[in-house]
Amino acid sequence: MARLFGDSMILKNIQRPVAAAALSGFAGIAQAVSDMPGGPRVLQLNLGEPASAIAQGQIYIHNLLLWVCLVIFVAVFGVMFYSIFAHRKSKGAKPADFHESTSVEIAWTIVPFIIVVALGAIATGDVVAQKDTSNSELTIKATGYQWKWGYDYLKGEGEGISMLSQLTTPRDQIEDRNYPDAKARREKNNTYLMEVDNPLVVPVGKKVRIITTANDVIHAWMVPALGVKQDAIPGFVRDTWFKAEKTGTFRGQCAELCGKDHAFMPIVVEVKSEADYKTWVDGKKKEMLAKQDDPAKEWQVADLQARGEKVYAANCVACHQPTGKGVPGAFPALEGSKVVLGPQEGQLDIVLKGKPGTAMASFKQLSDTEIAAVITYTRNAWSNKAEDNIVQPKEVLAARGK
Amino acid sequence: MSAVLDHHDDHAHDHPHGWRRWLYATNHKDIGTMYLWFSFAMFLVGGSNALLLRAELFQPGLQLVNPEFFNSLTTMHGLVMVFGAIMPAFVGFANWQIPLMIGASDMAFARMNNFSFWLLPPAAFLLVLSYFVPGGAPAAGWTVYAPLSVQMGPGMDLGIFALHILGASSIMGSINIVTTILNMRAPGMTLMKMPLFVWTWLITAYLLIAVMPVLAGAITMLLTDRHFGTNFFNAAGGGDPVMYQHIFWFFGHPEVYILILPAFGIVSEIIPTFARKRLFGYSSMVYATASIAILSFIVWAHHMYTTGMPVTGQLFFMYATMLIAVPTGVKVFNWLATMWRGSMTFETPMLFAVGFIFVFTMGGLTGIVLSMAPLDIQLHDTYYVVAHFHYTMVAGSLFALFAGTYYWLPKWTGHMYDEGMGKLHFWLTMIFFNLTFFPMHFLGLAGMPRRYADYPMQFADFNMLATVSAFGFGLSQLVFLTVIIKCIKGGAKAADKPWEGADGLEWTLPSPAPYHTFETPPIVK
Repeated sequence: MARLFGDSMILKNIQRPVAAAALSGFAGIAQAVSDMPGGPRVLQLNLGEPASAIAQGQIYIHNLLLWVCLVIFVAVFGVMFYSIFAHRKSKGAKPADFHESTSVEIAWTIVPFIIVVALGAIATGDVVAQKDTSNSELTIKATGYQWKWGYDYLKGEGEGISMLSQLTTPRDQIEDRNYPDAKARREKNNTYLMEVDNPLVVPVGKKVRIITTANDVIHAWMVPALGVKQDAIPGFVRDTWFKAEKTGTFRGQCAELCGKDHAFMPIVVEVKSEADYKTWVDGKKKEMLAKQDDPAKEWQVADLQARGEKVYAANCVACHQPTGKGVPGAFPALEGSKVVLGPQEGQLDIVLKGKPGTAMASFKQLSDTEIAAVITYTRNAWSNKAEDNIVQPKEVLAARGK
Repeated sequence: MSAVLDHHDDHAHDHPHGWRRWLYATNHKDIGTMYLWFSFAMFLVGGSNALLLRAELFQPGLQLVNPEFFNSLTTMHGLVMVFGAIMPAFVGFANWQIPLMIGASDMAFARMNNFSFWLLPPAAFLLVLSYFVPGGAPAAGWTVYAPLSVQMGPGMDLGIFALHILGASSIMGSINIVTTILNMRAPGMTLMKMPLFVWTWLITAYLLIAVMPVLAGAITMLLTDRHFGTNFFNAAGGGDPVMYQHIFWFFGHPEVYILILPAFGIVSEIIPTFARKRLFGYSSMVYATASIAILSFIVWAHHMYTTGMPVTGQLFFMYATMLIAVPTGVKVFNWLATMWRGSMTFETPMLFAVGFIFVFTMGGLTGIVLSMAPLDIQLHDTYYVVAHFHYTMVAGSLFALFAGTYYWLPKWTGHMYDEGMGKLHFWLTMIFFNLTFFPMHFLGLAGMPRRYADYPMQFADFNMLATVSAFGFGLSQLVFLTVIIKCIKGGAKAADKPWEGADGLEWTLPSPAPYHTFETPPIVK
């Protein structure tokens, strides 16, 4: 079937001027901000630029439906508004007295039936294609955490790479109450809320299978340009796929309500040429080796505490707050907490296994050194002075088995 | 007929007065009035939630509320509007109108009717109370998906109990409505002679009885997962979070038709009246309503295309969902055929009814767009969905409620409402509604997820437009309140049949309808 409506130039050409005219009164922000590369455009009216065949197919279906709906809209409301103008009492219209017709009823049951079945038939191929995750060349697991993404390269080139991907937009651009210049700062940031420290990197033209799961609650991994949205469900594994047709950066966000920072866990995918991807894989592997800590090392309190402060800022601060005071009623305080000040076994247990029925998830994905560091940090930070004030990485390793 | 008039005065003193009249109410008109005022109060509460969250979304960044509270606002807006405003409002209409339209003296179970209503204020109290407990109001969305809802504080438990109570109230109300309709129709009123509003409510009541227990089951499992160590929805204990969604939407999809079928009924009363022409295709309207109700049980997983269903599941739910367009289309075509070659006038009820057809159909068209599984992958959980269901819930259910209120207000109060203000209310509502929700289609297509406290700068313009218009929409409803109060207090005396083209038993009664009506049933030929 010829993709008649796939690249409707008419739609593309009329979008901008129409929207701009409609919104001239509200254009205050529009001038300061420009389109986001690989993300939404200013005053975008339709689906964005596709970067995969699946996304292209979705645009085709959407444009086709727009035309079908337009025809129905004009036909139905043409009749209605004609009737409203012509058949008014004030114009002397006398009511007719017809009130049923079996043949008409049958006609307007059958015709819509045929239309929807035809539309369904057109979409069926796309459903099958979207669900076909076989024969992928690269498999990556995307794990949703409150509130960041973890990526593990499971199979294919880059196997073994593992990283966490977090929002890099600083709080001083987001929180107007705490930072008076937040507005000015974010208006200079074209990728506000859709930028991360470690983007997912994939090669162009290769079928990439994304396996989704989650650590705590349901999240959803969405990248509009690649035509992908898949829920990430704790305890279950789901999959989806894409094959990027061009290099570049493509952005999306978490699409399933996952708690307070739902809006702050974006997804950035960098599609590289094959050669660039290889270079990236080599670099990333070296970087991971260099970063690996010696798990047998005996640390001093001050060093481990300094390391732990960084781990805390990356993993704990969203709930337990920089002050360690938590959020009353929702997230418990660590300052003065019995668990933090008590025997280390109790705290190791909660950090490694989480606390069922609460927002406290398991953090077993962190390294032994990181867990040792963050526990040591909480035992010495703020007004805390735990007796048992240091946990060594090997003690974490021992606790993992329990 | 004469029996009604003769008895009118005798009964003026046979019921309690003052607060007892309302607390001990067994009269369907009093209970209907209480339902309507309750739902209007809840409409203002839910509306305030919406305006506060729209205020936060006026520009990017976090200005007014923190993200936890923002999530509470979206959740409570949904819960309050669905369970506190729209559902009780339709039950209020059922209470007032069904006995008047079928020639019954009252509802079948008068005391249960009282209990159904008086369960609502405690439920509303629990919902509002949840804002003030540690951890705040439920913040897991109105769908309260597990496991996020398992993480919430005690506010979630209050929400669960409120839903239990509201569900019990709905079930009792429905049993009452079914019994009244099946047993208390005036002699000669066969099922296929019933007004369409009565038909749609009969079908809606069956839907409610079928699905409210399912919701109760889902949230009870949630409650035991939260407190009693069960693992229905916890994978680590052998449960399944997606099962919650299946159970919820098995309730949730029929629920959205519960919110729209009585609206279809109201519009089907109003269009013939103001077109001065009989409803076209009465029996096909009845069959279409029943078809929609039956189909509503086999389409629930179209809310779950992104959970990762097998390809056959995806296809089944896609085709089944698209089929709903057929009976819904039949209804729209029948309304148009009723208007065609009529002799129309456009008083406020007719304006809202025609407005309903216009904007609700747009919501229907975006429904077809969303039913396409491959495309829904792009649009699921974005503002496109928010736009779609507000076009059906606000422009559908709410517009029909306004239309019905203006239509029957003369019968209820004995006075004509202020036509000029009614028309003003319509035009303000219609314009601000579209300015608020139409831009949300664009936001969704551009990929803005719903339930976001903050968003990228590129979404700023449409959000600003939506917020400004939402305030316009909200404030316009104060015009409605003013019209109602004015109409209750006074105004031109309403004739027994204030609308020239109206047909039906309720118009054979005096305006205002006497406290007791149809004690001797009328004969329907």
